[in-house]
Amino acid sequence: MTNPSIPKPATARKGLFASGRGSGRQLTIGQQLLLQLMCLLIAVTVLFPIVWIVSMSLDGRNISRPTSLELIPPEPSINAYREVIRNPTANPVTFWELAGNSFSLAAGVSFFSVMVGVTAAYAFSRFNFTGRKILFLSVGFILLMPGIATLAPLFAMLSRVSFGFEVLRILYYIFGGVLAVGGAYMLYSRFRDDEITANGMIIALVCLGIGLLFIYTGATATTTRNFKLRDSLYGVGFAMISGALPFAIWNLKGYLDTIPKELEEAAIIDGASPNQIFFRIILPLATPALAVTAFLGFMSGWTEFALSWQFLTQPKDFTLAMSLWNMTGQYAGSVPWSKFAAMSLMISFPVSVVYLLLQKYIIGGLTLGGVKG
Amino acid sequence: MASVDRTIKRPGQIDEVSFWDRTKRARSAYLYLLPAIIIMSIITFTPILYQFYMSFTDFGARSLNPSPTNKAYLEPEWIGLENYRKIVTNEVGAKLPNFNFFRTLGFNLWWTFSNVIFHVSIGVVVAVILNIEGLRFKRLYRAIYILPMVLPQLVIATVWKNMFDGEYGAINQALKLGGGLFGIAPETFNIRWLQQIPDPIPGVPLPLSYFAMLITNIWLGWPFMTLVATGALQSIPKELYEAAEIDGATPLQQFWKITLPLLRPAMVPATILGIITTFNLFHIIYFISEGGPLGRTEILVTQAYKLINGNQLYGLGAAFSVFMFVILGLLSAATARVSRVAEAYDD
Repeated sequence: MTNPSIPKPATARKGLFASGRGSGRQLTIGQQLLLQLMCLLIAVTVLFPIVWIVSMSLDGRNISRPTSLELIPPEPSINAYREVIRNPTANPVTFWELAGNSFSLAAGVSFFSVMVGVTAAYAFSRFNFTGRKILFLSVGFILLMPGIATLAPLFAMLSRVSFGFEVLRILYYIFGGVLAVGGAYMLYSRFRDDEITANGMIIALVCLGIGLLFIYTGATATTTRNFKLRDSLYGVGFAMISGALPFAIWNLKGYLDTIPKELEEAAIIDGASPNQIFFRIILPLATPALAVTAFLGFMSGWTEFALSWQFLTQPKDFTLAMSLWNMTGQYAGSVPWSKFAAMSLMISFPVSVVYLLLQKYIIGGLTLGGVKG
Repeated sequence: MASVDRTIKRPGQIDEVSFWDRTKRARSAYLYLLPAIIIMSIITFTPILYQFYMSFTDFGARSLNPSPTNKAYLEPEWIGLENYRKIVTNEVGAKLPNFNFFRTLGFNLWWTFSNVIFHVSIGVVVAVILNIEGLRFKRLYRAIYILPMVLPQLVIATVWKNMFDGEYGAINQALKLGGGLFGIAPETFNIRWLQQIPDPIPGVPLPLSYFAMLITNIWLGWPFMTLVATGALQSIPKELYEAAEIDGATPLQQFWKITLPLLRPAMVPATILGIITTFNLFHIIYFISEGGPLGRTEILVTQAYKLINGNQLYGLGAAFSVFMFVILGLLSAATARVSRVAEAYDD
C-alpha cells in the first residue's frame, strides 16, 4: 500500500507528460504558459472566498452589508476586530470568555480522549486477546456514526443528572484536593530524592495548579441554581468524548501499528515487562502521533456546534461556534458582516496555523486509519 | 490448603501452567483496555442501548422535565413500532410538513455520490498537473491549494452561506461585474441561490441550493484528494514511464495505463473516507441551505438534528437514528466490499 508519508526517492518526480525528449527536459514556453494559466485559475477560485472574507473584516466603512464586491478593503481599519473582542454577540459576553469556553471544552476533551485512547490503542495494537476483533470493530462502527446519531439518548440521559450546587462544590473540592495533594506530593518527593527533572516538575506543577484552580472555582462560585449536567460545559464535554475517544483509539492504533516490533522484541529479551515497553518505548515513539491526534480532537472540539447548540442555554457557557452561527444568516439581524468576517477569521486563525505546521503528519495519519483494519 | 508436591509426575503429565500464569498477557491487555472500556460503556454503549429503548417510546419534552406539582418525571409510554411506522409513512407531525424519509435518503446518497466523484477526479487531475516536471511555482500552488483543508468546516460553511446571499453575497456581485463586461443587465443576477423553489435544470429534480452547496463542497473537498494523490504519484518510479515511452506509448496512454492503476491503492481508502464524511456532512447542509427549500436538500444527519433540536421529538429522533445506524452499516459494508473487489483487481 502506498503511503504518502513515506519519504520518496528523489528520482521519482515524474508525471503525466513526464515522457518525451529524455528525462529532466524543460517544458516549452507555450506549455508552461498554459499550465500556469490553469494553476492560476484554480488558485483564484481557492483564494476568492478567503480574500473576500479578509477584505470584509478590514472594511472600515461601518456598513451593515457589503453593497458591492470589494476584494481590497476600502478605508481599511481593524475596528471590526475590536468590536468582536469587546462584544461579539447580543449577549454581554466578551470574545475571550467565549474563546475560553471553546478552549477548555476542546482541550479537555482532546487531552482526556488521547490519554485514555493511547492505552487502549496499545492493547489493540500489541496484544492478542479474546474479543479483540469484535471490540475493535465496534469502535470502528461507532466512528462511522455522526455524533448526532446518539444525540437523543445523550440529551435525555444527561438531562436527568441534576443536583444542588453544594454537591457540585463538594465535587470540586474532592477533585481539586486529590489533584493538588497528588501534585504537592510529587513535588515533595522530587525534592526529597533530589531528583529534579524538567518533565517531572512540569507535570507536578500542572497537577497542583489545576487542583488549586478547581478548589478556587468551587470556593468562589456563587449560584443558587441547581447544577444541571446537561446544561453545562461538562455535559457537552461528556457527550463529545463519546465520539472523540473512539476516534483517538482508531487513529492511535494506526500509528502504533507502524512502530516496528523489533524494538519491543529487543526489550523483551532484555526482560522488559509490557508496562515498561509501553512507558519506555511506545509512549516516547508515539509522541508525534499523540500530538496530532490531540490536535485533531482539539480542532473538532474548537468548532463543535451541534451538541453545544442543543445542550447549552446559559449565555456564559456559549462557545465560539454558537456565536458565529448567531452572526450568520437569519440570526444575524443587525450584526454587520464585517464583524462576522472578523469573528470567523479569529476562530480559524489558531487552528489553521497549527494545522499547516502539522500537515504532513495529519495527512499520513488520516489515510493510514482508513487502510488498516 | 494442602500443598501439592509437583516434583512427582505421573507418566504423560506435562508441566502444569496455572490459569493465572497462562492468562498473564491477556490480563494486562484487558488492564490497558479497562479505562477506555469503562468510559465507553458509560457514555457510548449505554446511550446506544438507551436509544433502542427510546425509539419504542413516545419520549418527548414532558419526559425530560420534572412536573412542577410532584417533582416526578413523566415516564415515556411504550408505543412499539409506532415511531418507525411514522418515519416510513412520513407522518411525523404537523410541524414538519416537508419530512420525507425516502426522498431524504435518496438525496443523501446522490449528494454523497456526486460530491465524491468531483472530489476524486478534480483531485487527481490537479495532482497530476502539479507533478509535471518543469512546472514553475509548484510550491506556491501547493501552499495555496491546501487552504480549504486547513480552515474549520464551520467557518467555511458560514462564509459560503453569506457568499450565496441573494442581495449582498459575493457570488451574485461577482456575476454582476462579469456580466457587465458582456452587457448583461445586473438584474439578471439577482439569483436567490438558497431560496429559489423552481428547479434550475428542467427535468432534473434538484433545487438550486443543491448546486450552491455542491460548489461549496467541491471547493472544500478536492484538496484532500490532491494531497493523497500527490503522495502516491511521487512514489511511482519514472522508469515505468521511460519503458512505456520506448514502447511508443502516448502521454495519454501512459496516464491510463501507468498513472491511474498505480494511484488506485492510495485513492481507494481516501475515497472511502470521503464517502463516509460526505454522507454525514452536517455543517455544509445545516448552515448553508438549512435543508431548504421545502426540505428538499435535507440529509439524514440534519433531519435527525431537526427532529431533536427544533421539535423535541426525542423518541422519534431515536428511531430515526436507528435507521441511520442500519443505513450507515450497509453503506460501509458496501464500500468495504467494493474496495476489496478493487484490490483483488490489482493482483
